[in-house]
Amino acid sequence: MTNQPWQVQIKIQRQRAGEKPYVQAFALEVDPDEYVLDAVERIWAFHDRTLTYRHACHHSTCGACGMRVNGREKLTCITTIRSVTQNGGTIRIDPLRNFPVVSDLVVDMGDFFLRMNKSDFNSVAPDNAARLPYEHPKKLETQTEGEPERLVDCIECGLCISACPAANTDKEYVGPAVLAAIHLMYTQNPSQKLINQADDHSGLWRCHSAYECTEVCPSGVDPAWRIMDMRKTVFKDRVKSIIKPRLPEKKDA
Amino acid sequence: MPNQPDSNNWPRWFDPRSRSLGTFGYILNRVTALGLTLYLMMHLVALGQLARGADAYDGFIALVKNPLFKLGELLVIAAGVIHGLNGIRIALNSFGIGVRRQKSTFITLMLIAVFIIVFFAFKMFSEG
Ligand code: SF4
Repeated sequence: MTNQPWQVQIKIQRQRAGEKPYVQAFALEVDPDEYVLDAVERIWAFHDRTLTYRHACHHSTCGACGMRVNGREKLTCITTIRSVTQNGGTIRIDPLRNFPVVSDLVVDMGDFFLRMNKSDFNSVAPDNAARLPYEHPKKLETQTEGEPERLVDCIECGLCISACPAANTDKEYVGPAVLAAIHLMYTQNPSQKLINQADDHSGLWRCHSAYECTEVCPSGVDPAWRIMDMRKTVFKDRVKSIIKPRLPEKKDA
Repeated sequence: MPNQPDSNNWPRWFDPRSRSLGTFGYILNRVTALGLTLYLMMHLVALGQLARGADAYDGFIALVKNPLFKLGELLVIAAGVIHGLNGIRIALNSFGIGVRRQKSTFITLMLIAVFIIVFFAFKMFSEG
């Protein structure tokens, strides 16, 4: 440890599926520059082996360790203890909202991943399509043959869905990340199928402009901006279809 | 409250803890909309009373001169101004206009709302 250690109390919401949740407190000595996930792992390793949580990469790429830290959605592998409490303080950790709890801090994200799949979400995209259109393109330092590609920003962590008040009351709402994925796919490969997916009462029109998704997104996806930009596309499409009605779509054989 | 989407979770819409400015706008719009709907219903009932003759009318006028009633009227004006101005922001954003400036737009519009509300409060209560 490089810093003077801190004494903190970590309060974790514990729950087995279908049972009543309760809060358990653990006293811990930590380095303030450690991450919240490190503290959770320490609790599992030295205090309670029954504690369940999700983690994998520990460098904000896999999106597995999303939790609510002091009520706020955070990727715990990049949230320092210093940023959420002080020496002698308390950190409250809860599972993400708007997903069913499987156990303790593990939530069932199955439906969310299936919805992402439906949008044909591809986590690799040509470099300039992968970033937000209002961002300045970064100069690539190495030259590659052909068009460079990169991982897109969304790491499918689900923080945006947990923070969204509309997702809180509507089971069918696909949620910010899925709409952002539809927008991203549309900018690369526009199709009527993507417009139709977005143009739905459980799609674009369920968003009620709270902007929490963009606030909590740890990866700069800006889902709120993408939702509003996609609305522009859908709006134009609707106007066009009034002027020039579309023929009914042929069913695939 | 269950930790998954459920139409019974709506009280959480009004919970401002660990939320950002966007949710304050969201909460304000819901509270003012409910207030204005309630007012509209009360207004229709009150208008119905007036049709019951001159005495009823006089009684009603005496009631609206009561300072408590004036405060109520001011709340209606405040709700209308806040809901209307915030609504303009949301409508523009919904067409993709000014989304990245939604926070500063919200603050500016709410400052204008405060100015208008104070102006009306001053006018209403200084007239006696
Ligand atoms: S849009 Fe952001 S917050 Fe939502 S799943 Fe993707 S990375 Fe996570």
